[in-house]
Amino acid sequence: MSRLIIKAGQAERHYWADLWRYRELFYFLSWRDILVRYKQTAIGVLWALIRPILTIAIFTILFGKVAKLPSPIPYPIFVCAGVLPWQFFATAMAEASNSLVLNANMLSKIYFPRLIVPASAVIVAFVDLLISLVILAAMMAWYHVLPTWRLLALPLFTLLGLAAALAVGLWLSALNVKYRDFRYVIPFVVQFGFFVSPVGYSRDALHQKLGDTLLGRIVYDAYPLNPMDGVINGFRWSVGGGSGAPLDLNSVLISIGVVIVTMALGLSYFRATEKKFADII
Amino acid sequence: MSVAIRAENLSKKYILRHQPGKGRHRYVALRDVLAHRFTQLFKSSAQSNNGTHEEFWALKNVSFEIKPGEAVGIIGRNGAGKSTLLKLLSRITEPSEGQIELEGRIASLLEVGTGFHPELTGRENIFLNGAILGMTRAEIKRKFDEIVAFAEVEKFLDTPVKHFSSGMYTRLAFAVAAHLEPEILVVDEVLAVGDAAFQKKCLGKMQDVSKSEGRTVLFVSHNMEAIARLCTKCFYLAKGELQMTGAPSEAIKAYSEHSKQVSADVDLAKLPRAFESTAEAQLLRLRSLQNGQAAWCFEYGTPLEFSLEFSVSKPIDDPEIGYQLFSITGVQLASTTTFQSHRLGRLSSGKYSLKIKIQDLFLNPGTYTLGFSIGLGERNVDNVPGAAQIEILPTANSVEKRLDRIWAPLTPAAVFEINSI
Repeated sequence: MSRLIIKAGQAERHYWADLWRYRELFYFLSWRDILVRYKQTAIGVLWALIRPILTIAIFTILFGKVAKLPSPIPYPIFVCAGVLPWQFFATAMAEASNSLVLNANMLSKIYFPRLIVPASAVIVAFVDLLISLVILAAMMAWYHVLPTWRLLALPLFTLLGLAAALAVGLWLSALNVKYRDFRYVIPFVVQFGFFVSPVGYSRDALHQKLGDTLLGRIVYDAYPLNPMDGVINGFRWSVGGGSGAPLDLNSVLISIGVVIVTMALGLSYFRATEKKFADII
Repeated sequence: MSVAIRAENLSKKYILRHQPGKGRHRYVALRDVLAHRFTQLFKSSAQSNNGTHEEFWALKNVSFEIKPGEAVGIIGRNGAGKSTLLKLLSRITEPSEGQIELEGRIASLLEVGTGFHPELTGRENIFLNGAILGMTRAEIKRKFDEIVAFAEVEKFLDTPVKHFSSGMYTRLAFAVAAHLEPEILVVDEVLAVGDAAFQKKCLGKMQDVSKSEGRTVLFVSHNMEAIARLCTKCFYLAKGELQMTGAPSEAIKAYSEHSKQVSADVDLAKLPRAFESTAEAQLLRLRSLQNGQAAWCFEYGTPLEFSLEFSVSKPIDDPEIGYQLFSITGVQLASTTTFQSHRLGRLSSGKYSLKIKIQDLFLNPGTYTLGFSIGLGERNVDNVPGAAQIEILPTANSVEKRLDRIWAPLTPAAVFEINSI
């Protein structure tokens, strides 16, 4: 029989074991959110396709045709490999950040490791990404870009994007419980991030346009601190086919480092505040 | 193994924030924190600490032991710390001091239907709710048919629960919870929902859980008869402290003795509002006009008389002032305002006292909550939903509150006439 001691101010000793024990709840919450997401919608799952398709179309016209941004692979594929991971990150992060407040009632009535809530919110966005990969596949077929062994790395970069979204989501969700201001921060982060991430362009293109000025160098060097730079980079490299976009290994490694640090800090902040959630939510 | 739950010096402190001129927000805005920090820079430390924070001990130095298989009832007035105790035991919030030892899997049922999603079907919600309460998928599958039969919703399993009647919804929610199999079950006032027949069924189920299956049960209720019937032991809590532990009959007696000594005056200004009140008028005090030493205990059939004091800060036209009577579970049973009896007309600024006499209500014996409100046209000006808790005492004429009989909160005068046809 299990024995449990709850003591004031003491960290949970069985935290990770508990998390494992509640894995079914994680599964059910994700399942609930996925089911509910497209219930009572006229076109259901198609929503997961329409948003990226429209974004890709606009980008292709504006930046591919009008601005004629350079790209090593057909521009629509180049944009697609940027839009999909970005929208995945943005949705996952926003959903995770609001998840605790949205489930306030559950938090104040039932015990379970709170980490499950933002984590399951990320999964919903992940399912959307899986659906929207259809677009990528269709485009590769249209432009006769043959998949290579590099495609095998795609899940790894997806995982990196997922970790990045969860890391930021942990921070924002915990802060959102205490300071409701953060619900206004989230859309801003999404919008701001969209422009500073290489969704429609690449770091190299940016470098070319800015030239070898001081600003250009700073932007170029600081750029990989945005973890989505590494993720999008990796996506393009994986799907680019034989001629493909080059992989900037440096940027990927920096992104991984940034994600690990953000995640570690986010986790410790989350765990430090999680016991107070029920009191202040 | 001789102890299921052991609590030592359990305490829980809450910090209450009082913001002058603002309603009570349960969360803070970063904007306010920053603004506060900023203004503090220009104030001396003595000035800045103008009593905006107040400590409140919801639970103070509570120690007890519960043996496996015991059914423990917890009684006390609203705000005595009953729910806080359950929240600490079920790990929803952590204690400020002290510790709890639990032996065995604990499941808590603080609300019926936590996590139910209106868009999901009955079937889907059973699985979801089961998982939330800590059941595994295999466990839920095994008990699925039993749960459905208990809830009596077979026909609607594949209908979204948003189309359920509230009775069906409650039945389904309780059915899931009733099929939990923890070693320790913690239940908060959930039996009081649903119709009489279903209440009886739930009580029977609880009895099975504790008596035949030998599980430890902790049970908060305002229904003294249910406590007396179900429990082997009873805790009486008042103001966050454990007043007594003993046989249910003794604890219930101590509780009713104690509730007679509560002051006849209630300071409404300090009580929580249902929404942010506006500045035009404010409810100040409530006084019971009941003679005798038990100010808030009324005999069945006697009128309920109060005097309500309120202040008006600028002249208002024809305010609507009224009372609301709630059952202990929060169901509104009755409400009358000045609009139905005596319009107040224009009130200039100042303090007023309003006498309210509620007669011929024939409220059945039990515990009820009284709320008061001031409205102006379509707007709410001030509203205290939990102004006072009143007790209706049985008399020779009153209908006894019996769970095995159909019970209603009111027995209004009715004329029955029989003719053969």
